[in-house]
Amino acid sequence: MIRHHLPALLVVVPLGTGLALPLLATLSSRLAWPATVAAGAVTAALAVAGVFQVLAGGPVHYAVGGWPPPWGIELVLDPLSAFVAAVVAAVSTCSLAYAGGLDDPALRGRLGGGPALCLLLLAAMMGIVVTGDLFNLFVFLEVAALATYALIGAGGGRALLASFRYVILGSLGASFYLLGVGLLYALTGTLNMADLAARLPAAEASRLVPVAVGLIVMGLGIKMGVAPLHGWLPDAYTYAPPAVVALLAPVATKVAAYALARILFSVLGVSFVLDASVLGGALAWLGAGSILVGGIMALRQDDLRRLLAYSSVSQMGYIVLGIGLATANSLAGAYLHILNHALMKGCLFFVAGAAALRLGGTALADLRRMHRLMPVTTACLVVAALSMVGIPPAGGFFSKWYLLLGAVESGHWVFAGVILAGGLLAVVYMFRVLEHVCLEPRAADDHGGGHARVGRKDASPAVLLPLVVLAVGIVAAGIFNASIVNGLLRLAASVGVG
Amino acid sequence: MSLDLSVLAGEAVYLVAFGLLALGIFALIAHGNLMKKVIGLTIFQTAVILFFVATSAKWQATLPIVPEAGAAGPAAGYMNPLPHALMLTAIVVMVATLGVALALLVRLHRRYGSFEEDDLLDRVE
Repeated sequence: MIRHHLPALLVVVPLGTGLALPLLATLSSRLAWPATVAAGAVTAALAVAGVFQVLAGGPVHYAVGGWPPPWGIELVLDPLSAFVAAVVAAVSTCSLAYAGGLDDPALRGRLGGGPALCLLLLAAMMGIVVTGDLFNLFVFLEVAALATYALIGAGGGRALLASFRYVILGSLGASFYLLGVGLLYALTGTLNMADLAARLPAAEASRLVPVAVGLIVMGLGIKMGVAPLHGWLPDAYTYAPPAVVALLAPVATKVAAYALARILFSVLGVSFVLDASVLGGALAWLGAGSILVGGIMALRQDDLRRLLAYSSVSQMGYIVLGIGLATANSLAGAYLHILNHALMKGCLFFVAGAAALRLGGTALADLRRMHRLMPVTTACLVVAALSMVGIPPAGGFFSKWYLLLGAVESGHWVFAGVILAGGLLAVVYMFRVLEHVCLEPRAADDHGGGHARVGRKDASPAVLLPLVVLAVGIVAAGIFNASIVNGLLRLAASVGVG
Repeated sequence: MSLDLSVLAGEAVYLVAFGLLALGIFALIAHGNLMKKVIGLTIFQTAVILFFVATSAKWQATLPIVPEAGAAGPAAGYMNPLPHALMLTAIVVMVATLGVALALLVRLHRRYGSFEEDDLLDRVE
């Protein structure tokens, strides 16, 4: 019974809870966060059940409102969407638990507006992942973006300006996407992805197809925050409330990357990406540029959150590079990196938020002596940093390994070099953070009491628990990478091949 | 000697739409005033909507309303209603975006007393 409705439930559970939350909050505002986390956990459980469902019984199709596709909107759980849905829901649940534990004053509105917007964002992200309709995807993109604008703006001050910049760029991106979809619709007369894939070969000769695809790639590129389309990202991640960044940074940009992979491989097909256009090469170069630009900019930052934001630009580059190379290994690497980067960037931004709360700031100089003050948090920071750098058994190593295999197999030695160079850049910027964390404060900052032992002031258990869960997840994703890749991602990467 | 404009008969509306797209982007890039950026964005989004709606037009077709059940003629005799329906949704999305953008601007203006990006960047330490 429930298995037929699984794709719809992934959207309905967070959406319904999010809309009911203001009512619940009028009863007792204390219930808001626990209800939010519970909705997230139910969504995550359903998404994980969806993965096993897909592995056991093949893709699940759901016709919304009983209207059969291609007329109605279709929701699809196939290996790729089930995997991304599980990653997004599980990591978001940790983020929601963390946000509830942090109890950010910026999200403490009387009517539970903060948690409700978080759930709206989660519902929209799940919608982007499961939808099989190009226009529906636009609507979910915009719902996610609207929730994001409001959540970033909740920070006040500089966050308002950062949010406004994202409103302008994000809407521009969504409009580009919509224009591309409009061209495809004008050519084929359908918006359903599977139907479009069947009809597109007849229209492929048209010069409008590359234009449409270019517009879609540009629009989604802005949402993904790959250089040079990342203008909104560093400010948004630096000034938004810590609880919001903890939700945005791990998953929001990945969802746009998923949408790109879905359209390129399910609708257009690998042969279009690699043969029929310069698209694959252009995407690979875009990703390679993003790896280097993000990494080099991260080196120049003196604030942990800004450094992590540029590191996100760099890591998104890996995913785009994997999609652009479009070999079995590079796609498996790109999809695995969606999981690994969600885990490690979530972990790192959790640490940044906890540090902002306890140490009074996230400038690298503020982090000194953190290893004494916040030992558990620092341990998680180290695990995530090792994953970012790519040291086994942390997960980050394996996704980059598959990407490297993909680049070498297809003879793209330049991209193999870029992947390694990106890893080296990550070594430098992450170890710069660790160096500050393990340093003693400058003598001048000690105000005389320098030798007195400062008591531990690690974050509260409610904040530490999701942090530790993600840190364990990073290692687990590394240890079980072979079963994830062979059991699920090979299937996901075969979408659109042949 | 009269200029033959029949080439433009079907395409003029697309030229207008793409002209508006360019105008919107220009306003987004060229203006430092955030309110003017919002106006540019609105022009851009409206152009996308115009483009969509224009794709539904057909020569010698009528409104897609069937007076009584079973009385529908061939599909070629009706305009395509789907782009209009899609654009209703897109307009709702656009209005919501515009509302959020204006709300952010109101809060920025209350706090820093300006819409000029340069002033704001100075005042937001």
